[in-house]
Amino acid sequence: MSPRKKRLLTLALAVAGLALATGLILTAFEKNLMYFYSPSEIADGKAPDNRPFRIGGMVVKGSVVREKDSLGVWFNLTDYAHERMVYYKGILPDLFREGQGIVAKGALNGTGLFVATEVLAKHDENYMPPEVADALKKAQGYEN
Amino acid sequence: MIVELGHFSTVLALICSAMLSIIPIIGAQTNNGHLMAIAKSAARAQFLLVFLGFLALTWAFVTNDFSLTYVASNSNSSLPLGFRISAVWGAHEGSLLLWVLILSIWMAAFTCSNNDMPPKFKARVLAILGIISFGFLVFMLFTSNPFLRSLPPPANGLDLNPLLQDLGLIIHPPLLYAGYVGFSVPFALAIAALLGDGVNPAWARWARPWVLVAWSFLTVGISLGSWWAYYELGWGGWWFWDPVENASFMPWLLGTALIHSLAASEKRNIFKSWTILLAIATFGLSLIGTFLVRSGILTSVHAFATDPTRGVFILAFLTIVIGGALAVFAANKPQSDPLASNSLAARETFLLTNSILLSVATATVLLGTLYPLLIDALGLGKMSVGAPYFNSVFIPLMVPLLMLIGFGQSAHWRRDSFKRLLSVAKYPAACATTLAVGAWAMLDGTGAIQAALALLMAFWVIVTTLKNLYLQLSNATKISPVRRAFLGQSVAHIGFAVTVIGVTLVSIYSVEKHVRMSPGESIEFSNYQATFNSIKKITGPNYSGVEATFNVTQDEKVIAVLFPQKRNYNAGSQTMTEAGISAGITKDIYIALGEKIDTEDWGVRLNIKPFVRWIWFGAFLMAAGGMIAASDLRFKRLNKNRRPSRQT
Repeated sequence: MSPRKKRLLTLALAVAGLALATGLILTAFEKNLMYFYSPSEIADGKAPDNRPFRIGGMVVKGSVVREKDSLGVWFNLTDYAHERMVYYKGILPDLFREGQGIVAKGALNGTGLFVATEVLAKHDENYMPPEVADALKKAQGYEN
Repeated sequence: MIVELGHFSTVLALICSAMLSIIPIIGAQTNNGHLMAIAKSAARAQFLLVFLGFLALTWAFVTNDFSLTYVASNSNSSLPLGFRISAVWGAHEGSLLLWVLILSIWMAAFTCSNNDMPPKFKARVLAILGIISFGFLVFMLFTSNPFLRSLPPPANGLDLNPLLQDLGLIIHPPLLYAGYVGFSVPFALAIAALLGDGVNPAWARWARPWVLVAWSFLTVGISLGSWWAYYELGWGGWWFWDPVENASFMPWLLGTALIHSLAASEKRNIFKSWTILLAIATFGLSLIGTFLVRSGILTSVHAFATDPTRGVFILAFLTIVIGGALAVFAANKPQSDPLASNSLAARETFLLTNSILLSVATATVLLGTLYPLLIDALGLGKMSVGAPYFNSVFIPLMVPLLMLIGFGQSAHWRRDSFKRLLSVAKYPAACATTLAVGAWAMLDGTGAIQAALALLMAFWVIVTTLKNLYLQLSNATKISPVRRAFLGQSVAHIGFAVTVIGVTLVSIYSVEKHVRMSPGESIEFSNYQATFNSIKKITGPNYSGVEATFNVTQDEKVIAVLFPQKRNYNAGSQTMTEAGISAGITKDIYIALGEKIDTEDWGVRLNIKPFVRWIWFGAFLMAAGGMIAASDLRFKRLNKNRRPSRQT
């Protein structure tokens, strides 16, 4: 093979690799982007019905109800303008408690209940998830 | 008083680094040997001064000096001594001091390196490292000073985050930093080469051990972090594609590419521009990692700072260092490579493909890490990129990478043919297939074809590596023994395959069950039976809590007794889960307590983690391989002909 051909081939290989990677990235990206919505935004109908997203807010005091004989739990999340009921079945993180800011991954079930597949509370009790802090700030705007 | 001395000593270190940044460069430009010679002593003095500052801060922690704001926020008089010492780097300010200390250690080590680098080159390298230390010392002293006092002192400190009160976390940051910061040396070597004589095989030979050692530290640091998350966060995850993890993983990926590209630069004097760019980018990503983790734009256990000035400072520093480096590169670009004489099947091609694959992998991780931040910064909404994105992009890139390792190792430099490569690959391929199919048949009940593919690739790497190692060993003589660089390479490649096996098997065959149980109850999971025997109160030095006893039986035989705990830390009243883990070569049994429900019941997390240890064992092998290769005597060889009198 002539050097010119070789260089072309190398270039072609690199381009093909990059094209493949780009294709993979874009498909995977599209599928796995998860948006965040606050209870107020969900009440506004901004959240999708058929696609998972993340919700965040403060766990309403006195709203945590447990299912008998299973790990199911209901609680309400609030941004102090709107509330949304969440259902989760599984072990809650150590820092989950009433009055704490949390983020949950999941989807709406059609009746307006948010069914969570994962509940995240961060490692520090003084810590507020930034999404939640932001949602609370925005919700104040909703009221005004 | 000791603290003030430490503070003063750190300020002196700043002055030292300022001198180091300027004087040796002037010396190198004007050929003034005296000015160049300052580099060595200034670097050593800087190390000593930073070390004294570090000791002073440690002293403040040991003696519970809560008049220091930093000590008061991150320690407590009931904290055990070991954790008080590790609390020095438990938060932002102290971890920066550790960053600078480790950079100074690397610099001091560089002044001791005994080789044939010309003094001009050495002076420039140290000056560039001086500029980096200057930036970080300014950052620390002016935005995040750990030596500041607030009087009157509080009666007691706030305590160290309980998650960080752990042996793994004592050694994780120093090792990780040793890796991160270590890439500053190849960076400085690259810039010094551009400013001076350019890139040649001798330069690559000087650079290789530094890259290898830094990479080995980073490997251990990352895997320690993964191991820590696994047993300390209480749910058995070992990698989350969390931005903070990605921040350390990206320099690792590019560092791996750099190791391979440097090998080609040394052996064949090629890929020069590429190697230089990789050296710059690897350190750049280390800085981006520091920025991401420390600026507070990411929030996790690692993000200490929420002060925006800090983020702006690091970003500005990053721009100056990387922008400056790229400008130097643009002005002094190495000559293009004489690739023409290569045949396409030669080892060079495999190393090039390795670089491409690893760079693309780095780019995908970078995209997934930065995109949500970018969207947020532009006010377009908040989002996150889930782990499935990283998995679905990463795996297709790793499969060809593993395949190429096998071929690349057998390929000759300069000239080879695919026909020959395929013919020598026949037996190893057959052997790997047999092993993979056998292992898959033994392990798999679900018919997961991905597991079979990963096992095949991993065994392919192991078999070809062992075969090449065997060939080298049997050809070795007393005069030409097997080089350590080759030995290290083999160990690291096998380590990589071992990690791949661990990652694949634990990802595909893990069993997890969340259940509600009360003491006395038994539950079936997988082919095991877990019995919740009892629960009792416990008291530790700075926490109280409960400890449960679980018996795990298989076929009526007790195979493990586990003691998961739930702890309440007194100072911050934080709750922590301590998992009960029975570690094994082929599987871990992992039980963690959730919360107490009603009067008797507990949420219980039961996990089987097959081959999870292989992930970290493989990483350990990779790091060991890097160290073995770095100890190759060839890299230390003194060229006495070129430098008749050694300067001191």
